[in-house]
Amino acid sequence: MRKNRIFWGAIAPIAAIFTSMVLMYIILSLRGADPFALFKLMVSYGFDPRNLVSELNLTVSYYLAGVAAAIGFKMLLFNIGIDGQYRMGAFFGAVVGAAIDLPPILHVAVIIIVAMIAGGLWAAIAGYLKVRRGVSEVISNIMLNFIAAAIIAFLLSPKLLGSLPEGSQNVQTKPIPASGQMPTIKIFDGEVYSVLFLAIFVGIAYWIMLNKTVFGFNLRATGLSFRAARSSGVNAPGMIFVTTVLSGAIAGLVGIGTLLSDTHSYSMAFPSGFAFTGLSLAILGRNHPVGIFFAAFLWSFLERAGQVLEFEGIPPEIVIVMQGTIVLSIVIAYEVVARINLKQQQRAVGKVAAEPVIEAEVK
Amino acid sequence: MSTSTSAFSSLKSKAKFLVSSPARIAALIGGFLLILSLVERLTGSTDISSPGTSGATLRFAIPLLMAGLGGLWAERAGVINIGLEGMMIVGTWTGAWFGYLHGPLIGFIAAAIFGLLSGLFHAILTVKVGIDQAVSGLAINLIAAGGARYLSGIYFPPVGGDRTVSPLVDSFPTFTVPGIAPLLESIDAKEIFFISNLAGILNGVTKEISLVTVVFLLFVPLTSWILWRSKFGLRMRFSGENPMAAESLGINVYRIRYIAISISGMLASLGGAYLALVASSVYREGQTAGRGFIGLATVIFGNWKPGGVFAGSLLFGFTDALRVRQNESVMSLIIVAGIVAALLALYFAIAKKWKPAGFSIAVAAVALWINQKVDVIPQEFVTVFPNFATLIVLTFLAQRLTPPAAAGVPYRRGSE
Repeated sequence: MRKNRIFWGAIAPIAAIFTSMVLMYIILSLRGADPFALFKLMVSYGFDPRNLVSELNLTVSYYLAGVAAAIGFKMLLFNIGIDGQYRMGAFFGAVVGAAIDLPPILHVAVIIIVAMIAGGLWAAIAGYLKVRRGVSEVISNIMLNFIAAAIIAFLLSPKLLGSLPEGSQNVQTKPIPASGQMPTIKIFDGEVYSVLFLAIFVGIAYWIMLNKTVFGFNLRATGLSFRAARSSGVNAPGMIFVTTVLSGAIAGLVGIGTLLSDTHSYSMAFPSGFAFTGLSLAILGRNHPVGIFFAAFLWSFLERAGQVLEFEGIPPEIVIVMQGTIVLSIVIAYEVVARINLKQQQRAVGKVAAEPVIEAEVK
Repeated sequence: MSTSTSAFSSLKSKAKFLVSSPARIAALIGGFLLILSLVERLTGSTDISSPGTSGATLRFAIPLLMAGLGGLWAERAGVINIGLEGMMIVGTWTGAWFGYLHGPLIGFIAAAIFGLLSGLFHAILTVKVGIDQAVSGLAINLIAAGGARYLSGIYFPPVGGDRTVSPLVDSFPTFTVPGIAPLLESIDAKEIFFISNLAGILNGVTKEISLVTVVFLLFVPLTSWILWRSKFGLRMRFSGENPMAAESLGINVYRIRYIAISISGMLASLGGAYLALVASSVYREGQTAGRGFIGLATVIFGNWKPGGVFAGSLLFGFTDALRVRQNESVMSLIIVAGIVAALLALYFAIAKKWKPAGFSIAVAAVALWINQKVDVIPQEFVTVFPNFATLIVLTFLAQRLTPPAAAGVPYRRGSE
């Protein structure tokens, strides 16, 4: 049974990736290009050491977004607010980091904690609305994403918390001093952000929390059945709220790598779209910390390697279509597999239930 | 059996209640105009009721209205459509491209067809395959955005090395309601209290309007009629309230949902085409700018009713119009909001509902404070007003909203 589950768990993602490659093959053929040559080019470009480094850094950001989404999924929460939570975390982390003066390690720790608090508090709004007001977290989080972006755009004005460096058009927060910056590891002419270790820690902590603690048990129990958990003494609404905040706190870390190892200040140039990416990765990785890592790497690999298509006259946005197709194929695959399993179970149950009756008739 | 008959009768009583709804909307708009004229008289700014603002409001409201009606069709049948944004992108792109090749009318027809197909796609995924409705919608948003950028990169001629803007499309003919413009203008110029303001607004919405605007506005009464007067509408609402009961009475819930979601996609896509073909005359990357999500918000704001969606899109279109116009009109609007809040406080206090009364007083106080202390309202906040307003409505009025009971709930034939 267990073996069967692992087999189906692995076959679905592979089938999804294969489906999207077939689609991409068709689209590229329609363009009159040679798809296999382009795939080869993408692979060799994507595995170029220099590109691998930047892919790894992007993977870390995506990974954290994926874990944030996965925590929500375990509670059947659809945290589409990761975008707003990540912005809040990165922005307030940058503002506080620039304002304080502390010894090196402590300074970084404070920034990370501030980012988590900011992301968590922003998520708490959606959590409160869900638990106390019965508002769907999907709608409230979509609205909150827009509001977060507006609040930050407003606070970034040079009169308030932002500054306009000389010769630049981009308003940004004041720079974080050296004591609040995270070191980078030099490999293959590139620099790997040391936030990588934080991400590994988050992944391990997520797994332990979920599988080895009472809190994690309660979380999974509430996610599986709100009523059953509640009647067995779990504070189910409280669990929903705490899970939302926890998911937001992890989402607050998404921008930390770029902030502390690269730009050292927050600007509007920080990318968006982490919410759907995070959710996709959690789905693709089946909420498992290792699965999410592979999914995150696949995503950043596709994005980086896709850039080479531009030189061949193919718009690299084809990769976005490919990502969307992968997600759709995978949820369809899961749905189909679940239905096959259900049918098999029903058939098995039916067989067992039917046997004695037949015997009785024969006798 | 008894549950299904009671579901039927509750649907009928809802229909009766709605008869009074247009009159209520008219009274609300009239009251709003009265306060508006008062504020304009007091502050001396006349921009809000100027023809320019009302014309722009209508132009900005139509795409939101179409997206909102699209959301309404899907949710009334029981499926949430988060892919509205993506379907609008489908409309902007196909509308502009086919409009450029064969003229704007073909552009709209193409947008309708491709929108219908994108809706059908969502329907197949959510109804037939049964995947999560939010995942399907978000994936459609992603694929549409990526696909539009890919196709722009291939088909559009480069502008300064950039292929994000389509070639210019011929604009649709506009017309002015004959005979009344001079009259309205002369009334507007006389500065009579209330009447002149009304004339100014009317002048804006009757002058140089596109035929498309009029046709699209007709979708409001049409949707209303279909939902509450036609057999199909009854079945559609039934599928959205209780699909199991509907199925037990022989309604083909799957087919109803297929049709409703396809139309949802078509409406959202037409709203997108309006952005490209009427509100401007090109496709531009990121043109929809979250309007699909605001359309989703108007559905909530309008309490899942066509008239409510229309009112919501007018309000949000109005804030959109103010964003591109002067800042002082935003300030006058804040005074209007303050007065409305104060009146509401009075109403609640008379009804001895202390909690909402206190809240209304707080809103009025905030409005007064902003008016006294803040010089310029940051544009960012004007932009997200629709999102903020929706959140407030959800927070404080959630108990009074009547969403379709089965909207967003997965339904499979023959299983609990």
